[in-house]
Amino acid sequence: MSTLEIRNLHVTVETPEGTKEILKGVDLTINSGETHAIMGPNGSGKSTLAYSIAGHPKYEITEGTVTLDGEDVLEMSVDERAKAGLFLAMQYPVEVPGVSVSNFLRTAKTAIDGEAPKLRTWVKDVKVAMENLRMDPAFGERGVNEGFSGGEKKRHEILQMELLQPKISILDETDSGLDVDALRIVSEGVNRAKDNTGLGVMLITHYTRILRYIKPDYVHVFVNGRVAEEGGPELAERLEAEGYDRYLADA
Amino acid sequence: MTVTDHTQATADTAHSHGVIPDKSRADRIVSFDVDAFPVPTGREENWRFSPVRDLKTLFADEAAESHLEWATSELPAGVTLTEVAADDAQARTVRAPGDRASAVAVKHAGGAMALTVAANTVVEEPITIDLTGVGGEVRGHLLVELGQSAEATVVIRRTGTAHYSELVSVDLQDNAGLNLVLLQQWDEDAIHAGEVVARLGRDSRLRGTVVTLGGKVVRLNTSAAFAGEGASVDLFGLYFADSGQHQEHQLFVDHAVPKCTSRVTYKGALAGKTAHSVWIGDVLIRAAAEGTDTYELNRNLVLTDGARADSVPNLEIETGEIEGAGHASATGRFDEEQMFYLRSRGISEEQARKLVVRGFFADLIHEIGVPAVEESLMRQIDLEIAHVEEELGDE
Repeated sequence: MSTLEIRNLHVTVETPEGTKEILKGVDLTINSGETHAIMGPNGSGKSTLAYSIAGHPKYEITEGTVTLDGEDVLEMSVDERAKAGLFLAMQYPVEVPGVSVSNFLRTAKTAIDGEAPKLRTWVKDVKVAMENLRMDPAFGERGVNEGFSGGEKKRHEILQMELLQPKISILDETDSGLDVDALRIVSEGVNRAKDNTGLGVMLITHYTRILRYIKPDYVHVFVNGRVAEEGGPELAERLEAEGYDRYLADA
Repeated sequence: MTVTDHTQATADTAHSHGVIPDKSRADRIVSFDVDAFPVPTGREENWRFSPVRDLKTLFADEAAESHLEWATSELPAGVTLTEVAADDAQARTVRAPGDRASAVAVKHAGGAMALTVAANTVVEEPITIDLTGVGGEVRGHLLVELGQSAEATVVIRRTGTAHYSELVSVDLQDNAGLNLVLLQQWDEDAIHAGEVVARLGRDSRLRGTVVTLGGKVVRLNTSAAFAGEGASVDLFGLYFADSGQHQEHQLFVDHAVPKCTSRVTYKGALAGKTAHSVWIGDVLIRAAAEGTDTYELNRNLVLTDGARADSVPNLEIETGEIEGAGHASATGRFDEEQMFYLRSRGISEEQARKLVVRGFFADLIHEIGVPAVEESLMRQIDLEIAHVEEELGDE
């Protein structure tokens, strides 16, 4: 049982116009097995929340705390956060030319576990995980994200998540740009990880469609750098009907 | 970090119809006469990026007292390595020297060593020549000659230290195929100015790979000239410059006859405050060279502040009847987003850097086609990266 706890998180970024505060006091607690949907209009700070937790150097934490099972996440380097059990599925995964997917996966798994995985079981695990995500075995020999389609990139993110087995996973708009078939495959992967490892999920999304495939336990509406409203799955249905206009008028 | 990328200016020239560069690359002087080349001052077009002061002894028109130690793998049937007297060596050299260091090398080498592969001989195993510097001034003249339809892989590895200048002449008769690998793995105080001049007969194929890792100054210029139709040249280069190293590679591909193909692919990594790399890639497509297909690429990966990469592609086209001609040059900083992506998967900073640099070079290394060399290079690159980590740790 793990808990990611975010308290009063304030985050700034440097822009050409000067320092800008993006997150203005975020409170959120995610436990193992729970799925929290973070919904909100573009520019509300959802991705900033994701990248700040993962430790991207662009974002500066000016106030607040983030802990995983009581450990101070903000004190950890980016790779230490991953080893502690955090995972970020990125909206725009970057290319790493010349590094094969299979080499990358094995290197990451070795780093996370602190020892190389047993070759025979590892090869089988990768094969099964790729089959589940309907990925061609030849995929392993391609460069990381090199020339991948949008759908391939997202499936590759979920593949990593399933193999690395984090405690808490942040999915940053994993559904954006996916057709319904790809969305279903990716969602299956997330549900599989939840069933197999009791993964806690922070599901950042702009659209409600993915919530038909991944059932949230909680829905948080994110507006202007903080949580504007919280509720159960019924809140998502309301957002689907009404959109974000109600919150934007207040902002 | 200083990055000079002259691509745009050059591209504009190449693409502006009717605009001809001041001077064609073809007009550059070549001569066996040392006096044809004044001692470079650093202001000349082909010396302007070079540390001419460090190269001073290589310009002196005087005998050299030292030599490189030679160790050669067992030569198979049809392959000979012989000493050739100066006059004969000059006659068998495919093109006269193109700069003073090269002219001095030929004049004072005291003849040449000639590696000759007889016509129709196909050598399966790589022929390796280890040249070890034991200090001092050394002048070298080497002939690599492949008879008609001969095929061979030749690996020449330079280690140790010396002030070394050389001319390597590569003569491919019709339909010959040569994979030539030149490894510069000198000790850190070596000074090396070399010129490789290749002549490609009809339907011949040259793959030339240059790997420069060691030495204080390495300046290695390769020229390939097509003498018969249907020939192809692939020139690959890999370099890794640390603090205090100057690594310069100038290339010239002369398309003088129709239907030949050339590819130039050079990649370098730079790390450390005074690391400096220079790449100048000249391609000339003469009026007669219809059906030419050429592409040249230089990419530099700057790992730390203070390193400087100069990259100058030049394309001169005198006929419109070509298959294709292009060039690309890009010099980029180490990508923070790549690092973040890898580290967010638990991979340490050091290992992430290693992965990115290995990935950057991976396709090039696989082109060498000599497994033992490929493996040893990967290890050497890892050592270079470990060295970078130390430097970063010191800051």
